[in-house]
Parts: sequence; C-alpha cells; structure tokens
Amino acid sequence: MSTPPTSKTPPKKSSNPLPNKERIKLPRQHMPERAAQVRNKQFTEVNLGYSEELARQEALRCIECAKPSCTKDCPVGVKVKDFVQLIVDGDFLGAAAKIREDNVLPAITGRVCPQEDHCEGACLLCNKGESLGIGYLERFVADYERQHFDLKNIKRATSTGKKVAIVGSGPSGLTAAGDLVARGHQVHVFEALHEIGGVLVYGIPEFRLPKSIIREQVDYMRAMGVEFETDVVVGRTVTIDELMGEEGYDAVFIGTGAGLPQFMGIPGEHLNGVYSANEFLTRINLMHAYEFPKFDEPMVDFRGKNVAVIGGGNTALDAIRSALRLGAGKAFILYRRSEAEMPARIEEIKHAKEEGVEFQVLAAPLEFLDDGKGWLRAARCQKMELGEPDSSGRRRPIPIAGSEYEIPLAVAIMAIGTTANPIIRMTTPGLETTKKGYIQADETTQRTSRRGVFAGGDIVTGGATVILAMGAGRRAAKSIHEFLCSGEWK
Amino acid sequence: MFKILDAQFIAPGIKRFVLEAPRIARKQRAGQFVIIRVNATGERIPLTIERSDPEKGTVNLVVQSIGKTTHLFNSLETGDSILDIVGPLGKPSEIENFGTVVIMGGGVGTAMAYPTAAALKRAGNRVITIIGGRNKDLVILEAEMREVSDTVFVTTDDGSYSDKGLVTDKLRQLIENGTRIDLVLAVGPIPMMRAVAEMTRKERIKTIVSLNPIMIDGTGMCGGCRVLVEGKSEFACVDGPEFDAHRVDFAVLVQRNAMYREAEKLSLEEYKREEYKREECKWEECKREVEEKNTMAPPQAEVVGALGEKK
Repeated sequence: MSTPPTSKTPPKKSSNPLPNKERIKLPRQHMPERAAQVRNKQFTEVNLGYSEELARQEALRCIECAKPSCTKDCPVGVKVKDFVQLIVDGDFLGAAAKIREDNVLPAITGRVCPQEDHCEGACLLCNKGESLGIGYLERFVADYERQHFDLKNIKRATSTGKKVAIVGSGPSGLTAAGDLVARGHQVHVFEALHEIGGVLVYGIPEFRLPKSIIREQVDYMRAMGVEFETDVVVGRTVTIDELMGEEGYDAVFIGTGAGLPQFMGIPGEHLNGVYSANEFLTRINLMHAYEFPKFDEPMVDFRGKNVAVIGGGNTALDAIRSALRLGAGKAFILYRRSEAEMPARIEEIKHAKEEGVEFQVLAAPLEFLDDGKGWLRAARCQKMELGEPDSSGRRRPIPIAGSEYEIPLAVAIMAIGTTANPIIRMTTPGLETTKKGYIQADETTQRTSRRGVFAGGDIVTGGATVILAMGAGRRAAKSIHEFLCSGEWK
Repeated sequence: MFKILDAQFIAPGIKRFVLEAPRIARKQRAGQFVIIRVNATGERIPLTIERSDPEKGTVNLVVQSIGKTTHLFNSLETGDSILDIVGPLGKPSEIENFGTVVIMGGGVGTAMAYPTAAALKRAGNRVITIIGGRNKDLVILEAEMREVSDTVFVTTDDGSYSDKGLVTDKLRQLIENGTRIDLVLAVGPIPMMRAVAEMTRKERIKTIVSLNPIMIDGTGMCGGCRVLVEGKSEFACVDGPEFDAHRVDFAVLVQRNAMYREAEKLSLEEYKREEYKREECKWEECKREVEEKNTMAPPQAEVVGALGEKK
C-alpha cells in the first residue's frame, strides 16, 4: 500500500547564516494590508501577503528548535521548521511541497487558522518577543505555489481499487479527501450546496478568504484525482446506507459541519431585520448579495443604518465587518463577556477595530423591539459583569439588575453558535449520536458506531475552527486507510 | 447542469417542466420540494415537485411566474438546462389511512398537494379535493386530481368556470352539510391557508399546511426559513414544510415573506426591461435582414484596428 508522497528534499544542515542570538533580535515582519478606511468599503482581501524578501527576512527568525513545539501543537502536524528552512534557501516550491505532506489546504489555513492558539502560540520566540509569523509564511508559500506550480506535475498515487465517499466539502472533508487520494483510494466528495468548500465558501467572507483561492485549492485536489459532486444532500438525495450498499463505497466519512443556527429565544427574533449569522453570511458569500442586482439574491439595505452582531467569535466578526462593507452607519459587536473571553482570532479583532467596529462588551440583548410594521427598531439590552468561571473555563457573565438600556437598530445578526444538523442522524439507522445530536466518533480513529462509517469536524465536536476540523479529517483518513487495508473493525 | 426534457405552459404564466434529475427522482416522496438555481448569478428558490419518475430519472416542476427567477425559469424551453437542482428536501407528508381527507389546492399550490393526494388515496383514504383559481385558466391539474380523488370540486373567484367563490366556501359547505372530515391538507397562498386554519380550528379538524417561506440552502444551515410555531422558531426546510395549521403564526409568515419586496420588485422590473430590449433587438435584426435582402448590397467588411477592436 502506498504512503502519502513525501518531498524529495533530504534533511540537511541549516543554511541560515545567523547565529540564534542574532535571530531573536530580528523584529517580526508585519503583514502588508489595505488601509482600514479603504478596505472597510470593499470586499477585496485585507491582507496583501509577504513579498519574497519579507518572507525570507521572517524565515530567518526561526531558531530551529530541536523538538519544535509548533509542529506538536499543529492539529495537522505541519513540519514548520522544515518548510521555513526551505524558504531561507529560496526553495519556495520545496517549502510548499513540505507543507503539503501534512496540509492539503495551505493557502486557506495560511489565511484563516488561529495560529496564536496553535503553532505561533507554542513558538519559543514568544518568550523573547513576538512569535515567528508562521501563518504569514505558510500563506506566502501557498500563494507562491498557486502562481508557479503547474498542476500537470502532480503525480497520482497507484490505485488501491477502494472507494471512499466524503460527505461534505468543508475543511474536514477536503482534508480527508486529500490524504486518502494520496494513498491511492478513489475519493468522491458530495456537497449539498452548489459550490465546493462548505463553510469556507458560505461562511468566510471574500475579504478574509477570496473564493478564487478556494477554487484553486479545490482544482489542486481535482488534479490529485478527487471527484466532486455538488447538489447532493446526503440523507435526502442519497442515504449513507445507499452509499455503502448499491453505490459500492468501502467507507464513508461524514464531515457535514455543525449546521443549524441558534437563536436566543428572546422576544422579537422573528422580526424582519433579524438574521442568523449563517443566513447573513451565506447571502453575502455564497450568493453574492453585496453585488445585487448583478446577482439576484437580495439583502436588506444596510446603508447608513445601525447594525449589531450578537456574539464574539470569528463568525461574529466576519458578519459585522461584512455589515460595514454594506455601508452600515454604525456597526456594533454585542458580547456578553469581556474582550479577553472573545473566541475570535486576535487579528480579526484588531482589523475590526481599525475598520470602525464598536465593541459593546459585557452586554446582551433581552428583547428586539418592533417598528409597528414588523421590522426591527431597537434592541433592549442589559449590562453584565463577570463572575466565577463556568464549564467552558471562561468567566460567567452575570446580569446587572437595573442596567437595561436601548440601542436603535435596523439589523441584528445572531452569531451565538450552532446546533447539530439532524438530517444524517434522522436517516442513518444505527448511527449513535450524543444527547445534543452530534455524531459519536472515537477521538483518535474518528470511527462511528457504524462499520465503515467515520465522522469528524463540527458534526462531532460542535462549532470549532477550520484547523481543528482539518485535524479530524486527517485522523479519519489515516484510520480509513488502515480499515481499507486490513478490513478490520475492532 | 440539469437538462429540461420538456417544458409546457399549463396555464397563463404557469409552466410544467420535466427535468433530468435521476437522484432526486429516485428518492422523492409526496410533500417534498427542491431548490433550484437557474444560472451562475441566480438566487436559490424552493419549488414544488409535482411528481417524479424514478425509472426515467425525471422530476416534474410546476413554476408560476411571480418574481425574476420564476420569470427567467419560465422563459426556458425543452433542451435548455438549469445549473442546479437539489433535493428532495423537507420531511415527506405523513401518509396513513385517516379516513376522509379534504385536499385543498389554491393556484399553483395544487401541484404541491397533488402527490400527497395521490399517496393518501393509495393509503385507502376517501379523498375529497377542492381546487381553485382566480379564473378558469388558472385552475390547474384538474384531470390529474380527478384520477386520485373520489370527488373533485372546482371553484373560480370570478365564476368563469365551475362554482363561483373560494375554495374555503366549498369547505364551509362540506362542514355545514355534516361531511365527516378526518384531515384537511391545504396548500396555496397564505391568506387561503390561514382562512382554512381558522375554519377548521373551530371544528377541531386536524389540518396540515405546506409552507413556502424564503429559503437559501434548504438543509437547515441558514435559518432564513424559520416560522413561528406556537411561539417557537422552527425551520420549514428540516422541520417542515408541512406544519399543523392551528399552531402556525401566519401573520409572521406574511411579514417575513415581504422582507425583500422592494428588491424583488427592482429585480423583476430590470428583468422585464432587459427582456423588452432583447425582443426589440430581435425585431431590429429582423428588419435589418429584410432590408439587406431587399437592397441586395454586398456585405461591408468591418474595419478592424491593430488590437482587433472594432472601429
């Protein structure tokens, strides 16, 4: 059985001319970006990317730890030290190949991964100042590959004759697909929407992750041999049993994502002008509503209006920054804890503030008020203070009595998380799920209660990040490969 | 791409399409719907499945021209294609032997009611069908409904065909005559479904309505199709589209469906202007051809610049 392709670059001595004590003195190279007051009116990408010179400068900062904690803390185990050294050498395509041994979506993770929670957070340079710009370097290498690598040079693995169905083309599904096709299995990805990419397409805005980049990363996977089929809702259009039965798949990976948007259950949530973040972002990202009427999907007129997003995660920040770009007069984040507890990436919070988003922390809406014609007029909110840590480890928000206040709002966008999508659960007998409806899967093998069926990503863990879902996809691919080779289901 | 194998108007502004969609045809059950996207700049809209043929791999859609997308769809002909069709979506209708069921179809809603009527008939129910339209031309699927019903009543608002009045007038008559009714299924415009719900609530007759709110993905992901059911949000795409009529807040449904009215109007006006322009161009072209033929002038070579642009 073949193993994933490895780079032909043999391990070698560092070509970095600087001694470590010089390296730690070098400042972190900043990411060039569009000016805040320009970019907050357009959907073009905020970050502009490193030049070759900037990338090399930044790469020189790596102190080449003997036991690199960056790789250990990466959910897909990217060999950071090795690829950074290849940048120092000026072998950018070699660096890309090195990343690809562990990560099939480098141009995407280089843009949206919360590096501060993984590789960069573990980087020893943090003790001396700022971490190595691993995300920026990854992005540089991936973009270099996009521009300079000819897809014709991809060598396909020898076929094993085994067929795997991947349900969902988001980060976990694409990762599993890439790893499996590299091992010679025939991989077919089913997507419910009309575009490949799942949350990467409908959830993450163009200014953070351009669609053209997703398409190119998907084209790379097509060139590897992955087949894609859109407009298939597994569970409805075809069931898991049918895939394993008449369609002849030897294994199935379920990576359908988290799914149903949550609402707070407060009065007025059905008013016109109240959106789930999923709907708002889907209209913008998948359906191009910001280009109405060139594109047919409409959007409420945001120009000059007050818009608030309820929540403090990346989705909340994507939504409010999109609202600004639609011309919102005032854009608020309403978050019930303090900024320190916000789950969003640090860079997104910084970008949002620069662009003019106002953060109203320690506040939550109690009720949405009506203008008498079914449209949102205002939110009645309540102030909070922080108490003892709750089960999430973050300090619990406690309402302050008598602190109610009203803010005039034309649009409110709920970004307070999601619940499990029920379609696969309802249509797959014998597939065990948790009390909350998420699919039960082993943490290391991603096996479910059904033989040959694996699951990973948000449909197992609940809402998380792109990179954690990719980690699950990677573990699943390994374990699917083992299952296909041995035929054993212990 | 999904090919249109046949396209025929069955009433003014209402067209029936036979589409090649084998996966959907195999799985479709009464009560389910699809979401389509006509072209790359198009929106996603939910549409009724009138019936499907698993052997031939086809599904029939009945489309009424209302907004831009439905006008655009209805401009397509046999041999054309649409970019996307996904489904079958939503929960299938609950089919069992209830006893006597009344199936009510208003306008194009009749197409959605038809497969459920057929399934209920097969399950042994006595099926009384009431279908209606504004006038004679807008009554659709009468012959099909007759095949699957024990009795069919037809009403027209203007009395141009069969009984003058609304479908609800007929239902009231049935109730007043003491007809035993175990279940009512109503599919049509919201005011009609609301009126049916009010009427049967008093009589404590179980009533099901099939709702058609604004929808994007159709798989539960966006939450745009949420309807207020006894004060709680439910999603028409995964919890519906059929709901207990007596628990639905119709006022909220009307309000939410009006959310994009202005944009929808703008889209349609723009589409009609373009359509007019296209027609005008065709006419101009026609005229030119005739003139050219008449003058028999040799064709003039176009002057092309160095970069190939027309001068």
